[in-house]
Amino acid sequence: MRSGRVLAGLTAVALAASACGGGDDGAAATTPTGGNGGPTGTLTVFAAASLTDVFTTLGDQLEAENDGLTVQFNFAGSSALATQLTQGAPADVFASANGAQMSVVTDAGLADGDPTVFTANVLQIAVPAGNPAGVTGLADFAREELALAVCAPDVPCGAAAEDVFAAAGVTPRPDTQEEDVRAALTKVELGEVDAALVYATDVVAAGDAVEGISVPEAEDAVNDYPLCTLADAPNPDAARAFVDLVLSDEGQQALQDAGFRAP
Amino acid sequence: MRRARTPAPLLVPAALAVAFLVLPLAGLLVRTPWSQLGALLTAPGVGQALRLSLVSATLATLVSVVLGVPLAWVLARSRARGRSVLRALVTVPLVLPPVVGGVALFLVLGRQGIVGSWLDDAFGITIPFTTTAVVIAETFVAMPFLVISVEGALRAADVRYEDAAATLGADRWTTFRRVTLPLVAPGVAAGAVLCWARALGEFGATITFAGNFPGTTQTMPLAVYLALQRDPQAAIVLSLVLLVVSVATLLLLRDRWLGRGAAA
Amino acid sequence: MSVDAHVVVRRGPLTVDVALEVADGEVLAVLGPNGAGKSTLLRVLAGLLAPDGGRVAVDGTPWDDVAARAHLPAHRRPLGMVFQDHLLFPHLSVLENVAFGPRTRGVPRREARAAAAAWLARVGLAEHGPRRPGQLSGGQAQRAALARALVGDPALLLLDEPLSALDARTRLAVRAELRRHLADFAGSTVLVTHDPVDAMALADRVLVVEDGAVVQAGPPADVARHPRTDYVARLVGLSLLPGTAEGTTVRLDGGGAVTVAEPASGPVLVAVRPESVALYPARPEGSPRNAWPATVAGATPHGSTVRCELDGEVPLLADVTATAFAELGLAPGSPVWAVVKASEVAVYAR
Repeated sequence: MRSGRVLAGLTAVALAASACGGGDDGAAATTPTGGNGGPTGTLTVFAAASLTDVFTTLGDQLEAENDGLTVQFNFAGSSALATQLTQGAPADVFASANGAQMSVVTDAGLADGDPTVFTANVLQIAVPAGNPAGVTGLADFAREELALAVCAPDVPCGAAAEDVFAAAGVTPRPDTQEEDVRAALTKVELGEVDAALVYATDVVAAGDAVEGISVPEAEDAVNDYPLCTLADAPNPDAARAFVDLVLSDEGQQALQDAGFRAP
Repeated sequence: MRRARTPAPLLVPAALAVAFLVLPLAGLLVRTPWSQLGALLTAPGVGQALRLSLVSATLATLVSVVLGVPLAWVLARSRARGRSVLRALVTVPLVLPPVVGGVALFLVLGRQGIVGSWLDDAFGITIPFTTTAVVIAETFVAMPFLVISVEGALRAADVRYEDAAATLGADRWTTFRRVTLPLVAPGVAAGAVLCWARALGEFGATITFAGNFPGTTQTMPLAVYLALQRDPQAAIVLSLVLLVVSVATLLLLRDRWLGRGAAA
Repeated sequence: MSVDAHVVVRRGPLTVDVALEVADGEVLAVLGPNGAGKSTLLRVLAGLLAPDGGRVAVDGTPWDDVAARAHLPAHRRPLGMVFQDHLLFPHLSVLENVAFGPRTRGVPRREARAAAAAWLARVGLAEHGPRRPGQLSGGQAQRAALARALVGDPALLLLDEPLSALDARTRLAVRAELRRHLADFAGSTVLVTHDPVDAMALADRVLVVEDGAVVQAGPPADVARHPRTDYVARLVGLSLLPGTAEGTTVRLDGGGAVTVAEPASGPVLVAVRPESVALYPARPEGSPRNAWPATVAGATPHGSTVRCELDGEVPLLADVTATAFAELGLAPGSPVWAVVKASEVAVYAR
């Protein structure tokens, strides 16, 4: 099934390319239009890995609403996606987990217009179910006797955590600086650390094994998620349709269900 | 001494193998930002991570030798039933994804682990996120290399020397110490080198079980991985440091220590 | 010190069942082809292999007693063993090899090394102590192995094909030396060999083993003169004559002289294989050097050959074909001339 979709997508790209053979004005390219007036062909979305669940749901919905439309995703770290785009990977939509990687794309002149911040993620304290160490807030990260995990400062969640700790005036004493959120959460799930500072969405995704404790101090370091359509989008109609869906009440509700918050 | 020329059916794949193994290293060298080398090398934490890597890999090798050589002897010489099952079991870490190994170590030695929770309750000892955990993770992943190598050497060794020792009044332990072990010393040395190299490059089990904290548990491979998230150039430099130090160590050992054994 | 053993070992299709006794100072040769069970027997005596049945007692002390479930492990048996390919430990010096036994048996280092040095001197290797075994010639290595086996003054000396890995010339020299050391050795010796010359030259008694069982036992000369089976006849048919060599001439102690190809000097043994002795009704033409008149004292057919026992100044055994035996009209009492080529005569120091 999947390879069939990819083939269809390639065919659509080829058609689009031949259709605009007369000039390089992207807007002049005729986009195939379905019987119900909605977009058809293949839509390619590059999105931050943390968006995997929500965007997959939204993509299925868009496909259901538009006959002849196929949505394919490339979920990965934002920096990897930005690199792929600047190296010429064809895509219609880019959704980044932070402004910095979006800037890489806009600075390269690849975005169609200004990016829109469509959602945000905020740090939360993850504790094992039942909160055995009785963690209540950010100040507990200074307690020597607890086993604590934060993200390494080299990765985005670690950089955000440093900002939050600085703003709160807390000097954390972590036992480990994890290479990513997932690794930090694993240690919470196993009960090997008493608390970890991760994203709210990750706490939701981890299910019942992990409880989240909100961090008021984190409000100053909210992580905005921008998205944009791309100037060279092979399927700009579908791209706009997807962005509209994400920004709609329906899309925003799906994001909030997953632990994201309104922009 | 003149050697016969290598036949073409061997030469071509051998050349391909060399290219396959060496080209990525060459790529690393080509892409090294030589102008920033000094600054990147003297960045805080590099020396610390390197020292921790060397110390923990060496300790893991020592533990592996102390425990692994007797295990190899049991696998090679014991006539107990279930030996092949035992061999399969102890070589599992070779095929286990190291991250899974790290999780498995948590389940046994973690705070909530089978043994770990007892250690915590009885002695207040917690292992995860300590340098001890680094050594344990590296030992777990690297010891099978030593065991396999030493077992092979023991199987190849002439057991009649052990008979000769017995007729000279040596009990099994004395025979092992004064005859068997010296006879398989080259195999032990080769196994220890393999083990050390594997421990030095260990990433998955270490970052899972020992976590990552500069000075305590952040070894070079962990530093390289994290640098890759932030600054790929720094990652290349760190890789280069690890590469140079490990190759230099191995060459030094080969000359000083393995040379005689390998020639014998 | 004496050995009294009855050993039963089952190894696949072969069952070794051998009884033997060795007195103090006596050398017993166990002679037989490869696969006859000789080495198995020796391994049992050494304690390296537990027997399936029987009993081994040395000087009245049980080393093995299957019925009583007693087994003294090899390292607790006061014995010395020499292996076919010496098995000197390659990682130790020659001196350390010889000192190994005394050290494991609790002798202080200094004393052990002194004893080892003394034994190395006795086997003519005084200068070679610091060397590695790999630097010794085959003969030197085997002499070092002998020193290593004897240094602890064992009750029992076991020799497992001690000469068969050596080339012919070295074998002569080492055999002579071994003979000397065995003569000085107060304990019992069991020598396993497939070479009848070793057995004849070194042993006081011979045990011929075939398929795990003893087929004949007795002093070497008796076994050679009266082989009980074809197999023994082929194996041990050997005339052994003591004499004194001077160049290529050996004056036999019993009278007469033998011309040999290899020059030698001093007391020697001359060995002549029966198949290399030719019989003539009269002194042959061309006057060969080694031609002696004799009388046929006995004749025993073995397969297609007849073994003739010759009496005379030089007592020999001769194998002739049954056809030749008939053509020559031989019978006990017939006078004949026995002729042997010098190159067919083996000579070795005694």
